[in-house]
Amino acid sequence: MDRLTKDDVHPKILQKLLEDSDITIEDALENEMILNMGPQHPATHGVLRLLLRLDGETVIGCVPDVGYLHRGYEKMAENMSYYEYIPHTDRLDYISPLANNVAWVLAVEKLAGIEVPIRAQYIRMIIAELARVASHLVAIGSFAMDVGALTVFLWTLREREKIMDIWDILCGARFTNSYTRIGGVANDAQPEALALVKKFIEEIDSNLSECESLLNTNRIFIERLDGVGVISKEDALSYGYTGPNLRASGVEFDLRRATPYLQYDKVDFRIPVFTEGDCLARYFVRADEVRESAKIVKQVLQLMPQGEIKANLPKSVLPQKTEVYSKMEELIHDFMIVNFGINPPVGEVYHAIEGSKGELGFYIVSKGEGHPWKCKIRSPSFIHIQSLPHLVKGHMVSDVVAIIGSIDPIMGEADK
Amino acid sequence: MELKELISQKLQTNFSEAEFEFSEYRNEFNIKFNKKFVNPICKFLKEDSELEFLLCEDITAVDWAKRTNRFTVVYHIFSIKHNFRLVLKSDVDEADCAIDSVSSVWKTSNWQERECYDMYGIKFNNHPDLRRIYMPEEFEYHPLRKDFPLMGIPGSLPLPKK
Amino acid sequence: MGLEAKLNSDGFLVTQLDAVVAWARKNSVYPMPMGISCCAIEMMASADPKYDIARFGSEVMRFTPRQCDLMIVAGTVTYKMSHVVRKIYEQMPDPKWVIAMGACTSTGGMYRSYSVVQGIDQFLPVDVYVAGCPPRPDNLLNALIQIQNKIGRTRARDFQNLKLPELNVIQNN
Repeated sequence: MDRLTKDDVHPKILQKLLEDSDITIEDALENEMILNMGPQHPATHGVLRLLLRLDGETVIGCVPDVGYLHRGYEKMAENMSYYEYIPHTDRLDYISPLANNVAWVLAVEKLAGIEVPIRAQYIRMIIAELARVASHLVAIGSFAMDVGALTVFLWTLREREKIMDIWDILCGARFTNSYTRIGGVANDAQPEALALVKKFIEEIDSNLSECESLLNTNRIFIERLDGVGVISKEDALSYGYTGPNLRASGVEFDLRRATPYLQYDKVDFRIPVFTEGDCLARYFVRADEVRESAKIVKQVLQLMPQGEIKANLPKSVLPQKTEVYSKMEELIHDFMIVNFGINPPVGEVYHAIEGSKGELGFYIVSKGEGHPWKCKIRSPSFIHIQSLPHLVKGHMVSDVVAIIGSIDPIMGEADK
Repeated sequence: MELKELISQKLQTNFSEAEFEFSEYRNEFNIKFNKKFVNPICKFLKEDSELEFLLCEDITAVDWAKRTNRFTVVYHIFSIKHNFRLVLKSDVDEADCAIDSVSSVWKTSNWQERECYDMYGIKFNNHPDLRRIYMPEEFEYHPLRKDFPLMGIPGSLPLPKK
Repeated sequence: MGLEAKLNSDGFLVTQLDAVVAWARKNSVYPMPMGISCCAIEMMASADPKYDIARFGSEVMRFTPRQCDLMIVAGTVTYKMSHVVRKIYEQMPDPKWVIAMGACTSTGGMYRSYSVVQGIDQFLPVDVYVAGCPPRPDNLLNALIQIQNKIGRTRARDFQNLKLPELNVIQNN
């Protein structure tokens, strides 16, 4: 080991070291440093940059820097028709792509005043709940991986692969499947897809319990997360929290109950609420929500009627491809809708759904043309990252990693 | 009394100088008012014990391009007690492109107003930290304005050398 | 197979130094996942039990550039992020290769807008482009095999005496 020379050590510290054996350093600035948890980091869930001001190992200040994935979604929406924008909404919250599709088409249908047939609404509920399960599985898995439990990540990804197999058969793509259409869904749910859904729902409870058995009674996990990143009820509401983060702080608020959309008022489910508001509570809320989603899908599979999957409005709803290639009117309608858009009436509308991270809303302003005049995406991850400085104050650097994992931000959504 | 009438009555009694315009579209209640009264109206809506609009969902702006008041700032607020959503709007002109900030009422409006400033160039008075959030600090334009092209202005953003 | 048969019969084997070095390099490619957006999820999926990437030799995905030789750029690169990607590329030691995963890194993808770089080959030398939005994990494994074939054709003296790049180090005080 090299010897420290006199010039290496700060003169004041050297003086103290030489003078007294009882070392107290009063000048706090000598202990502070600024640490950059850069955009490329294994544990920041995407490209999030955090500038931390540290006093030793304790965080005394934090400035998040977002915008490394700003792709210009809102400007692009002003330049393309409502149908062309559906694949773009997939890539917003890219862990649960179908939920974003559902949110967008619901907002456009509210603006244009289109009624969707019942079977299509039930299919949309199934895919939205499966998207929520997929998102929570990845959230729990990567959260556990950040804290140190690497096995849980692989097990939850194995469950997620089963959901992707379902989507492969149902929608045609494993991931980023733009399955919903304005007025319904793209194609009918095949019987083998529904059989796979049923099998998955029956097994998810025991598979999730297997993952939980590694974590719930694990002393390291609990001691690392209990009491970390606490946020009170008033602060959570003031910071605009929605979704599982708000329900972990004691507020029973779920958009599926408060402003029911699709057919959520016909199914029965419980809203899990915890009052502690720390990382452990957020983890438990997500695990419980997976089970509640499984319950919803089970009820929907029994309630689902046979019927149409697209609304019967030739001027606004794209016809099936088989008819486009064989009949004249459908060909003309397809041409007009794809090239000129659906032309909803003049007005503005805001519609929000309960996405897996929180309240995902679209605010669309229309001037009667085929493309929106303005589209604003209300993304929950953006709102949650704003509260990070409040949550990490007073904790250690390793707790910052756990807190980010429990908030569960997705930068594709936060940066738009 | 129905909630919409209750709100409009309360607002008109307490703030009589703000020129209110009430409208309804697709089951959404819109209220438009003069931009000077943003802060007191929002504070009143949050702290009133009957109404309790505790959740501020969204703050954004619309650029109307060729009109006297070029921008409209839109606030979406939600009351958990009544499960009711309210839309507040106020016009901002391009010449006097500033409006009061509501970050003292809801803490979430801090970043949302920063995003509005970054994208549209609307300044918020009394904002604790008004700087760009999505684009880099040196970027000179405001992307979501209607006169900014979709492909951007060549040379406005630097790229590293190969 | 080949190696054991030769060693058992004669007790020694004769080969070229280039072949041995290339064989060792290509069967232990450690990727550095520059996971930026949706393609990163498919890259994670190629590491999960169903599409195991570890059986190709890429046992660990090291997140530190100093220990990797392959950078998989997965996700849309914006102008703000491009400086970070370039800095990390320059921190990787030679020899190094780059996979441009997905449509966004190859040509800008479906994002034709003011803040997205239309293809990362504007500031990085790319070896393999993978098509797809996002590419399936099998597609990424195919790209990895192409990189392994490319490494198999290199010679050991290709990488001698390369000029070290200038690294701009900014002190934050």
